[in-house]
Amino acid sequence: MSLTNRTKVVSNKRMSFLERLYLPAIFKGMVITMKHVFMKKVTIKYPEKTREFSEIYRGRHVLKRDDEGRERCTACGLCALACPAEAITMVAAERQPGEENLYREEKYAKVYEINMLRCIYCGLCESACPKEAIFLTKNIVDSEYGRAQFIYGKDKLVEPVEKDKRIDVSKRQTPEVLAFKKLPNERHNI
Amino acid sequence: MLKITIDGHSTEVEEGTTILQAARKIGGEIVPPAMCYYSKLKGSGGKCRTCLVKVSKGSEKDPRPMPKLVASCSTPVQDGMEVQNITSPEVLETRKAIVEFLLINHPLDCPVCDQAGECDLQDLSFEHGVDTSRFEEGKREFDQIDIGENIKLHMNRCILCYRCVYTVNQITDGRIHGVLYRGDASEISTFIQNAITNDFSGNVIDVCPVGALTDRSFRFKSRVWFTRPMDAHRDCPKCSGKVTLWMSANDIYRVTARKDEFNEVEEFICNECRFEKKNAEDWIIEGPRTITRTSIISVNHYQKLKQGSIINPVAKKIEKPSE
Repeated sequence: MSLTNRTKVVSNKRMSFLERLYLPAIFKGMVITMKHVFMKKVTIKYPEKTREFSEIYRGRHVLKRDDEGRERCTACGLCALACPAEAITMVAAERQPGEENLYREEKYAKVYEINMLRCIYCGLCESACPKEAIFLTKNIVDSEYGRAQFIYGKDKLVEPVEKDKRIDVSKRQTPEVLAFKKLPNERHNI
Repeated sequence: MLKITIDGHSTEVEEGTTILQAARKIGGEIVPPAMCYYSKLKGSGGKCRTCLVKVSKGSEKDPRPMPKLVASCSTPVQDGMEVQNITSPEVLETRKAIVEFLLINHPLDCPVCDQAGECDLQDLSFEHGVDTSRFEEGKREFDQIDIGENIKLHMNRCILCYRCVYTVNQITDGRIHGVLYRGDASEISTFIQNAITNDFSGNVIDVCPVGALTDRSFRFKSRVWFTRPMDAHRDCPKCSGKVTLWMSANDIYRVTARKDEFNEVEEFICNECRFEKKNAEDWIIEGPRTITRTSIISVNHYQKLKQGSIINPVAKKIEKPSE
């Protein structure tokens, strides 16, 4: 049984004169090579050209802020629990008086780390998040020289405060989610 | 001895036993949930109404059914009584409504609450509740209070089960903690924000079915399911010294009393064991505490099964390969 019908039975019988010349075989090989030179390429020249990404591509994570610029994450630990690769760790802390403009809830993540080498980009953290804090984005994880640089802390994960530098994740929220958020008794989710 | 049948399971109990105690004697899924009843506290029960059951036959002498659902925690067994719990759709429907009532004033702050993962109300609403709320009005709001240096009171989360009040009354001397005001305004508090300093006051944290009374030394330190429960004991002059340590690697995050299958403490422990002994050297560790497989606390905690304790049918097959 064979996977293709291009198999050839080989034998070590004595070659004929034409076969010993090898010229027809070389010519045949060159024809194949030239055919491939003019065929449509499957690769692209990466830095100059990038491939089109899906709107819901699951790449590098972002920790969102709310409309007032406060961090949404409350360090509930559900993302770390849902993570099949155990890539997420966090340390919680209590919000002090005067920090109300920094953190949305009375508890926040003092340390939040994702090991990008362990992460399999499945998006379960995003599904588990009750506060709509973590999302996967279209950005891809940069290449680095050392393994330690792949452990992303809050400095790399939390999005900038400036409104125009925020990362748009609206495409990742289904209409059902957006409708749910508008319910008056689901105020905690705003 | 009185004979009682609950959902088709019969048992014989002594006179004076309540339906809930008889159901716990039978065990399994027919045990009604209880938010306020606590077998170790005298007088508890009858407040939350989650343990309501249907008595379809009053007794051998008077076989008429009881006209309304009764609270199983405070109804004594009569001879020949027949009770329906999970087999009665009426009971399940009522329980759903009770959960909705309990959640009316309960904030949805489980992501912040330290009790999440071992919360009775969470389990109850997961099993019997609905996942949306019809309540659009504002919830009761109170300020957080520190009762002493070890206990935090979140009155917002309280469901007024009175368990902590009975605990303070019955196992500590001198009552300084109770329920103030009435009706919707009632709140658990100490008299003019007195600190609770009694040696056994920390037990109110363990008896609290929700996150209203929490441990300040564990506040936001970790989530319950990231720490590993270990049975341990020490030679304590005040209490039995038998506790559960909640550890991660060699660090003790929290000390609680050991809880049984109904989430009630086995023995009350003193404040010194609970709040002050946070070094592994203080304790003699016996081994990991068995947590039911369905609990979130056992997620990602792997444990070698003991010989003869295999409950997984797949594991059985692995052990005895077919020849």
